[in-house]
Amino acid sequence: MHTKTVAELVAALKAKQVSSAELTKLFLDRINRYKDLNAFITVDADKSLAQAKAADARRAKGEAGALTGVPLAQKDIFCADGWLTTCGSKILSNFVAPYDATTVAKFNAAGMVCLGKTNMDEFAMGSSNETSFYGKVRNPWNTDTVPGGSSGGSAAAVAACLAPAATGTDTGGSIRQPAALTNLTGLKPSYGRVSRYGMIAFASSLDQGGPMCRSAEDAALLLNVMAGFDARDSTSVDEPVPDYTQSLAHDIKGLRIGLPKEYFGKGLNSEVARTVEAAIAEYKKLGAQVVEVSLPNSQLAIPCYYVLAPSEASSNLSRFDGARYGFRAKEYKDLIDMYCQTRAQGFGAEVKRRIMIGTYALSAGYYDAYYLKAQKLRRLIAEDFKQAFEVCDVIMGPTSPTTAFKLGEKSDDPVAMYLSDIYTISVNLAGLPGMSIPAGFDAQGLPIGLQLIGRYFGEEKLVNVAHRYQQVTDWHKRVPKGFD
Amino acid sequence: MALSRQEVQKIAHLARLAITEPEATAYAESLTRILGLIEQMNAVDTTGIEPMAHPNDSNLRLRTDVVSEPNARDKFQGIAPAVEAGLYLVPKVIE
Repeated sequence: MHTKTVAELVAALKAKQVSSAELTKLFLDRINRYKDLNAFITVDADKSLAQAKAADARRAKGEAGALTGVPLAQKDIFCADGWLTTCGSKILSNFVAPYDATTVAKFNAAGMVCLGKTNMDEFAMGSSNETSFYGKVRNPWNTDTVPGGSSGGSAAAVAACLAPAATGTDTGGSIRQPAALTNLTGLKPSYGRVSRYGMIAFASSLDQGGPMCRSAEDAALLLNVMAGFDARDSTSVDEPVPDYTQSLAHDIKGLRIGLPKEYFGKGLNSEVARTVEAAIAEYKKLGAQVVEVSLPNSQLAIPCYYVLAPSEASSNLSRFDGARYGFRAKEYKDLIDMYCQTRAQGFGAEVKRRIMIGTYALSAGYYDAYYLKAQKLRRLIAEDFKQAFEVCDVIMGPTSPTTAFKLGEKSDDPVAMYLSDIYTISVNLAGLPGMSIPAGFDAQGLPIGLQLIGRYFGEEKLVNVAHRYQQVTDWHKRVPKGFD
Repeated sequence: MALSRQEVQKIAHLARLAITEPEATAYAESLTRILGLIEQMNAVDTTGIEPMAHPNDSNLRLRTDVVSEPNARDKFQGIAPAVEAGLYLVPKVIE
């Protein structure tokens, strides 16, 4: 039961082969059994089981919705009323959220069960889940390697079958890169598609929540719940939400796949390159055609991002001052010192680095050279995608330049760590939807992800293209040894 | 460009982060490396390019000026480090 997809669990619940309470107990037991992965920060069995029982009662009354009773894990960046919500940081180590994020409220309304809050890089700043105050997370495919980040706890939890699905958030690759490193299907929706209300802000013009799961079909089912306009998010887009499962089976004959030549150059591991090429060959068999496209400014995505994201973060994270909630330093001289000591003790090194980079980029005399310059580059990067989509329907390439790297391998070198998001970051800058789907393994048995990039609000096409590949391959069904 | 320890101390103060001298030295090194990465931006001429603040370029929505949220003061203050009589307590700022 624990290796089943969300769609399969829905069928089992409908057929009364299993109850939500039974499923919830099964996953809670597994979470406890594999706690050495450190995938969860908070588990609260009583709360989860109460939700499960309510879901079973709802089903008994004939009032079940599409996903009622299915458990899922929430990344600890989403506020959930009454749940400790830490965002991976010491500064929120005592923060019991007083309200629900819109995404959490929607899953609750759907009758889904929260299995707990998953570990993550502190404030989502990281690509390996090693910056969490609550300790590193291990990749179930090889526990000496990282699960990716920042949604590393969600990735490890689903990969190890501790949850059938989880939420993630993606500011520069934080859903897609961990999905690639742990053999999951991860979807970052278009900017504005999923509400950011109650999702603790890192970089507000880039952040998007999305599902991490075992199949494109599951991603469609979960996006059906998550997507939609929210008046509480000032950048939410008021567009109708289609039923994303409807397009899954569409024929992809004649689909034009754009391959950006910049995504297959220096820095790409050869096994990853071969695997991505094999996946493209599979698509050709399904009737797709390949066109070469160019994203000439993609080399600039990382420098551009490391101005914009830290600038927005330095502003967003100024709210953590020890005055109204969260951790407060014990000793201080005066109000300013209370802020300085609280923040010095409450934030970890990577978060401090990014706050300082952002503060510097926005400070008097440097704004034009850094922040404004980066915003202009952002326009060029977005224009590159517009041009590419004139000749193709979907862009494909690697999600991550390498497979999972060793714990500690890059944790002392921020610049090396930043480069692991080289293929994902430009998608956030342009606001486009992106997906990572399992496409094979390297010689060490570590998973490799194929990235799909769609047009703005083109999620239906993305899940369709991903689903068709998953109908003729079984990479996404593989489960790491010892967790099957 | 290379950041000095003094510049790092100044930035840290603007960001309201207390840092020690040894930390300032370490941050000067790592922030300088990050700025080195960032300065690759200068390779491209962006004269005349309109800055892009946001993926959806449209104006932000306006809403009517009506009360929309319930009063949850007690709930919010229940998780505060220090409160008294409905007020958040911080060190004295006015003598």
